[in-house]
Amino acid sequence: MLPIIFFMPVIQLLILSFAADYEIKSLKLFIVDQDHSNTSRLLHSKFQSTGYFKIVDIDDNIANGELALENNKADILLEIPPDLGKNLIREGKQKIQLIINGIDGAKAGISMIYVSQIIADFNRELIQLNAMPQAGLTLPRTNYRIDVNFSNWYNPELNYQTFMVPGILVLLITMIGAFLSSMNIVREKEIGTIEQINVTPIHKYEFIIGKLLPFWLLALVELTIGLIVAKIIFDLPFVGNILVIYGFAGIYLLLILGMGLLISTLTNTQQQAMFISWFFLVIFILMSGLFTAIVNMPVWAQKVTLLNPVRYFIEVVRMVLLKGSGFQEISSHLLIVFSYSVVLISLAVWRYRKNS
Amino acid sequence: MKRFLAFVKKEFYHILRDVRTLLILFGMPIVQILLFGYAITNEIKDAKIAILDHAHDPVTAKIKDKILSSGYFELYANLQNESEIEKVFKEGKVKQVLIFSMDFAQNFEGGKQANVKIIADATDPNTANSLINYTASIIGDFQNSMNENTGNVMVVPEVRMRYNPNLKGVYFFVPGLITIILMLVSAMMTSISITREKEIGTMEVLLASPMKPYQIILAKVIPYFILAFINAVVILLLGYYVFGVPIKGQLVFLLLTCMLFIVMALSLGILISTITKTQQTALLISLMGLMLPTILLSGFIFPVENMPVALQLISNIIPAKWFIIIIKAIMLKGSNIFFLWKEILILIVFTLVFISFSVKKFKIRLN
Repeated sequence: MLPIIFFMPVIQLLILSFAADYEIKSLKLFIVDQDHSNTSRLLHSKFQSTGYFKIVDIDDNIANGELALENNKADILLEIPPDLGKNLIREGKQKIQLIINGIDGAKAGISMIYVSQIIADFNRELIQLNAMPQAGLTLPRTNYRIDVNFSNWYNPELNYQTFMVPGILVLLITMIGAFLSSMNIVREKEIGTIEQINVTPIHKYEFIIGKLLPFWLLALVELTIGLIVAKIIFDLPFVGNILVIYGFAGIYLLLILGMGLLISTLTNTQQQAMFISWFFLVIFILMSGLFTAIVNMPVWAQKVTLLNPVRYFIEVVRMVLLKGSGFQEISSHLLIVFSYSVVLISLAVWRYRKNS
Repeated sequence: MKRFLAFVKKEFYHILRDVRTLLILFGMPIVQILLFGYAITNEIKDAKIAILDHAHDPVTAKIKDKILSSGYFELYANLQNESEIEKVFKEGKVKQVLIFSMDFAQNFEGGKQANVKIIADATDPNTANSLINYTASIIGDFQNSMNENTGNVMVVPEVRMRYNPNLKGVYFFVPGLITIILMLVSAMMTSISITREKEIGTMEVLLASPMKPYQIILAKVIPYFILAFINAVVILLLGYYVFGVPIKGQLVFLLLTCMLFIVMALSLGILISTITKTQQTALLISLMGLMLPTILLSGFIFPVENMPVALQLISNIIPAKWFIIIIKAIMLKGSNIFFLWKEILILIVFTLVFISFSVKKFKIRLN
């Protein structure tokens, strides 16, 4: 069992951190070109030169494009109608069709933004190519220019792992703390050995501390291993003071272990303990801001996350490791988690009776 | 046969009497679907930003207005000077800061380059990137609208979203959710249930009875099959009626593939139970070795195509990945068996492999 406890989290950390990537690397574009003019070729090259799109095929048969969309061979279908180049000059505004696979909403949204940027660029060039000064008319005013300069702070290379790894660490520690502690005590109940312990003169408090302390230490050891792996393999920045993290983790673990203890007082079999822990854990993880940002949630959901301990730990870990926040900046988080853990542990200890 | 049915009945009683587990088994998918449908989304809106406007002129006012009325952004504060930027980031209050240079309007009207600087909090690189793109695109639009256009020579894109016209996030998550729940109920619960009998010692008693081993296992597995199937149907119904997730393909086909997946997951659960002695181990293996990789590498949340090649290869041996492809195709695209025969065959092969391994290990144990 011991190897599983130590190796599995490390493996998870590695896999998770490499897998968890929302970055849209390349959008597969299928171009159906029924025009074959210089204009349409200019449009191709505009899409190609940005690097966001990968042109998987250029065809003149719409049916092939539709097939590619259905087979997931293409994410976006661009349909250039026949005589586009000619009609642009003769009639002016022309429509082109873009069909985007909308199953992944975020990806589709980003695709639209990229597409509109490229089309705007294309139109600018069209004007320059076609503007002809006519008698008496001045050249159109095309020289408004805004230069947008951007810089990324705290993660200049936009490394997604820098963002995910701290959160994943929190996830693993929480899982170990919650599952193992709750199942452990319930196991004694299930097998029957807890009766034997209950008839000894040991105090309730001594028993509880004795049961939970090993897991508290274990989780902190896991945290250490995880941080070492993060530093060595992912080169995670450690801008802030690690002791701040350990300090917070110590208190956070009290909360989690308290939760495990509480669950163990409510259940009779390991399976039940496991399931209830799993239930809460999944909700906590989904609403913690790890995989999807809290700011994207509707207001009522954001308020609910205030009850979610995982959310605080993830924020703290990211703030300390990436921005260098210290005890002062996380003081409100610390206070909340501390009060929370006091409440949970008191509840659990109160519920746990030696002679039930 | 009567003996067998008696055993099946006994297993049903075991499950039904455990109200807590039952509650969670049915409650969890419902809660998750509600979460995914209402709370969790990757789409960005009302992101808090701060603006440091050195110029305070009508042009910057127009640009600011355009940005703030787009729906993507919400103004948290107007900053007075550069030193406030660090503070507002460190406290995690805003995701992005916009800085307009002092002579913005002068440069803009004078035909020179006017400067805007965007500073993004890149701790979340994806959001940062998206926000920068949105901002740049809005500013680009503004610039274009100011630049006149002769004869309207321009191309107007007409965009249509296929399969998911309103870009509802639920479409993306519901198929994956069904997969996860089926995996959970079938594989995890089966493995733990069988292992529990071993741990408590009642398995020996069962094996000593005239019942054949395969009958015992089958009796354990049938209730979970039915439970998992009911769960799948509940999720489908919820998805359809509450969130409008369509079922474009044939319903019967969909349900049959669900059953195939359940059988596959059950056989996996049985396999796990043949190699573990305690429930804790079964749980850890199911959870760490099964559930987590399934959630991460199957394409449920993170697209497989974004992963490094090594992980993409690994994801091929995760059965859930193939099932997610099948279920998304049937529900959202209306694909039929001709498109999906490859994936279905793979699932069948997985099932046969698991069953044969389980049988082998079980026989050895009896010796």
